Amino acid sequence: MKMTKEVDARGLSCPIPVVKTKQAMEKNPSDEITVWVDSRVAKENVSRLAKSKNYSVNIQVVSNDEYQLTLRPTQ
Amino acid sequence: MKNIFFSRAGMIIVGAIIGVSAALLQYFGNPPNMGICVACFERDIAGALGLHRADVVQYLRPEIMGFVLGAFLMAAFAGEFRPRGGSSPLIRFFLGLFAMIGALVFLGCPWRALLRLAGGDGNAILGLLGLTTGIFVGILFLRKGFNLGRSHAQATGSGWVMPALMLGLLFLVTFQVSFAPGGPIFFSAKGPGSMYAPLFVSIIAGLGIGALAQRSRFCTMGAIRDVMLTRDFHLLGGVLALLVFAFATNLILGQFKAGFEGQPIAHTNHLWNFLGMSLSGLAFALAGGCPGRQLFLSGEGDADAGVFVLGMITGAAVSHNFAMASSAKGVAAFGPISVIFGIVFCLAVGFTMIEKTE
Repeated sequence: MKMTKEVDARGLSCPIPVVKTKQAMEKNPSDEITVWVDSRVAKENVSRLAKSKNYSVNIQVVSNDEYQLTLRPTQ
Repeated sequence: MKNIFFSRAGMIIVGAIIGVSAALLQYFGNPPNMGICVACFERDIAGALGLHRADVVQYLRPEIMGFVLGAFLMAAFAGEFRPRGGSSPLIRFFLGLFAMIGALVFLGCPWRALLRLAGGDGNAILGLLGLTTGIFVGILFLRKGFNLGRSHAQATGSGWVMPALMLGLLFLVTFQVSFAPGGPIFFSAKGPGSMYAPLFVSIIAGLGIGALAQRSRFCTMGAIRDVMLTRDFHLLGGVLALLVFAFATNLILGQFKAGFEGQPIAHTNHLWNFLGMSLSGLAFALAGGCPGRQLFLSGEGDADAGVFVLGMITGAAVSHNFAMASSAKGVAAFGPISVIFGIVFCLAVGFTMIEKTE
């Protein structure tokens, strides 16, 4: 069954969004992960992590400087 | 807008520019192996303002002002100026304070540690090992769920405070303002504080590096952290480029001299070189950025980074007023105990701010 794990990293500064996302990936290796961030730096860093872990990244701009990243494992 | 600095090549170019600039700043008059040192330069600013009275390290370093203002202008241009704050400001202040105490026991921030190595100073190896050790301990806390809490959007004026402060300091240094005979503002007549590149060279270098570092997110602590935390070598490319290009430029300019003894503005106490930087590395890791990165963030409107910077400047005053800061003669009387105190503080912060996960 496909689950969606959610990570709310809004307001958290680097590298906390990356740490939280990485931990979510390790706990739920086959699940889709939705990450909320509110800075471009966090968006870039989480995207870079996701690509290095073979996840596809879909970025939605929620509002000014708030992003919803949907990460899907590609394997 | 596509940011070319997100690429590996872009990061390496930024590191190379910083490395060459630092060696050139030394060539144009900055102290040896100190073309750029965020900790030392903030310490000089504290001295110029009379917050400490060590008369050999007093100058309003325009590079620091350039870093903040360059980052501010670039962030505004790129639409990344975002006033925010409220993530444990008081704890960040003391992390900055102790980070500076550790840095002044070693005699340099991570940037200068790299530049010292690029100039042939073997003692820098102990500092860099200490830095890595401190960051490693910080990562253990991060993995356990450590964080300083969320920041929130702030009024626009909040983001202007640090750039405005730096503009004011730039005014004071440009016009060499003195408020009374003998100071303040204090300017060293001898020692490292009396050695500086021409004002316009320093400010141009500062603005350029500030702008580039803002775009590229250059961070020395982050480079080491990301390799250990996520096997991400992106930032490390920039740091290694800084080291290699500063080394090459030093060779060309005849600024390279290998050895441990008699290195400029350095001492050979291996234990406290190591432990001083361990304290700094841990404090930087908990606060999320090296001292350079904190300056660039403060220019982008991050009030918490601004508080960290003010903590560092205060830490410099404390270090010199309370005989904690090392000199070329060696470690000062109260340097070791202050480092131990700082490590205890950082560990206490680490253990008490672990967020329980579900």
